[in-house]
Amino acid sequence: MADTDTGARTDASPAAGVPRDAHALAGLEAGLDALDTVRTPRTPLRETLVRKVLPPVGAVALVLVVWQLLVWAGVAPAYKLPAPSAVWGEVRVAWLEGTLLDYIWTSVSRGLLGFLMALALGTPLGLLVARVRFVRAALGPLLSGLQSLPSVAWVPPAVIWLGLNDSMMYAVILLGAVPSITNGLVAGIDQIPPLFLRAGRTLGATGARGAWHIVMPAALPGYLAGLKQGWAFSWRSLMAAEIIASSPDLGIGLGQLLENGRNNSSMSQVFLAIFLILIVGIAIDLLAFSPLERWVLRGRGLLVTR
Amino acid sequence: MATTVTRAAEDATAVTYAARVEHVSKSFPAPGTPGGQQLVLDDITLDVAPGEFVTLLGASGCGKSTLLNLVAGLDLPSAGSIGTDGRPALMFQEHALFPWLTAGKNVELALRLRGVAKPERRQEAERLLELVRLQGSYRKRVHELSGGMRQRVALARALAQDSRLLLMDEPFAALDAITRDVLHDELTRIWQETGVSVLFVTHNVREAVRLAGRVVLLSSRPGRIAREWTVGIPQPRRIEDSAVAELSAEITEELRGEIRRHGRH
Ligand SMILES: Nc1ncnc2c1ncn2[C@@H]1O[C@H](COP(=O)(O)OP(=O)(O)O)[C@@H](O)[C@H]1O
Ligand SMILES: [Mg+2]
Repeated sequence: MADTDTGARTDASPAAGVPRDAHALAGLEAGLDALDTVRTPRTPLRETLVRKVLPPVGAVALVLVVWQLLVWAGVAPAYKLPAPSAVWGEVRVAWLEGTLLDYIWTSVSRGLLGFLMALALGTPLGLLVARVRFVRAALGPLLSGLQSLPSVAWVPPAVIWLGLNDSMMYAVILLGAVPSITNGLVAGIDQIPPLFLRAGRTLGATGARGAWHIVMPAALPGYLAGLKQGWAFSWRSLMAAEIIASSPDLGIGLGQLLENGRNNSSMSQVFLAIFLILIVGIAIDLLAFSPLERWVLRGRGLLVTR
Repeated sequence: MATTVTRAAEDATAVTYAARVEHVSKSFPAPGTPGGQQLVLDDITLDVAPGEFVTLLGASGCGKSTLLNLVAGLDLPSAGSIGTDGRPALMFQEHALFPWLTAGKNVELALRLRGVAKPERRQEAERLLELVRLQGSYRKRVHELSGGMRQRVALARALAQDSRLLLMDEPFAALDAITRDVLHDELTRIWQETGVSVLFVTHNVREAVRLAGRVVLLSSRPGRIAREWTVGIPQPRRIEDSAVAELSAEITEELRGEIRRHGRH
């Protein structure tokens, strides 16, 4: 057999200090590295299109076909079930009048601003709850409870306390989203392997430096899950607030559009509003949170390609 | 009982040791019995001289990790005193690399926390990766590295702390034999090149003899220093060397005796 670096030697001399050829060692090491290295190639765009984009598009098309068939079959009068074309007509009119983007922007800007405020409040609160035992004992159960309280319940008191204005909308969003963001961060921090914290401490990352360099990045997956849920809650709370508390001063958002449609007995407008609310919710998730989450998980090798 | 933990580099007096463990004991609350104490380490006295390579050998559960954590300052002794020359670096059995950073950035984080200025960090990290023969792996993610490569990055990160004492807790135990063998060679080379003192914990007798200038055997329950051997075989050694095998056989016999004592109750 050829002379290998790992083959047993039977050298009896105690000064068996024949230095192993440094070059051979480097070569052996390079071989081991190459044999044992994991590669994670990115899936090609075409495959992503076929496997990820086509199925949901097909599902939407199917829903449209079934809907049209139901209309043709006359299962319900037009004022209860408008045709897809009637809803499309609403879209066109709103677009041509230039109000479509106004409706969307009124709600989206409110939702995003509220979400950012919830982020700014929920993050330090999460750090406090996770790291300070007394705060956790005091606030932990309360935050979990708040998370399961439908935020629409906050609309009546918010209207009474703050009146029919934007502050009331933001208050409702905060009450809906802050618990999710806080709980997400707390869960993320609780799931940090203790080894990372010990490694951080031996490297000298304690206190605020530990929080910044170790705790926050280690908790990021849980935190992101909390943010995602926080956005969903922000959006829901806002829609509830807009539907219940409509007032001419507030401008027309998607919630008001829906409520106006009901008042005008225009089912196609109601459908339009529902679709827009749904699409905005999906779009923000698809364009912001999902890529962010995938990027974080892929960087850590936690994304299993299915 | 009084306990003190000194980080000697903080005062200006010269020190003649990399680590000094004096009459250290450690108890943990015993599970099941309220108020009861389980004595894990009993009156350990051990010095590591500057530039020395000491292996701490003992059966699983005898308190090796506990002792290393005490020296690292991650826990406080119940009695006795511990002094080290500056803050020691610590390497674990699991690589403990941060998966949100690349290999290079893991090393750079240690440099940053040590206070190395930003412009020098990148270059220094590249130099350390080269030292563990991972030049070109700067941008690799932790999950893209093999087990052996991860431990080498972890070694580079520990070296980035520029400590005079490197504590290693069974760092190669989870690796296959060939990779472990290669890493023994690398560790010996790096120890010789850097002159760092090493306190290396293992339950593998051959590994202990392959690496160390001195082997310290711990008994179990409670952990006491049972015996010490000075290893005169010149480096670099091979794990298959007959001299390594002979001493290993002697130490194994002693270790078996220690373990057997516990069967006789
Ligand atoms: N934090 C702890 N609390 C209670 N018991 C502990 C703790 N850490 C270690 N022990 C106990 O101390 C003993 C020695 O553990 P350890 O130092 O990990 O052994 P080794 O590293 O030699 O395998 C074990 O019996 C273990 O149960
Ligand atoms: Mg251990």
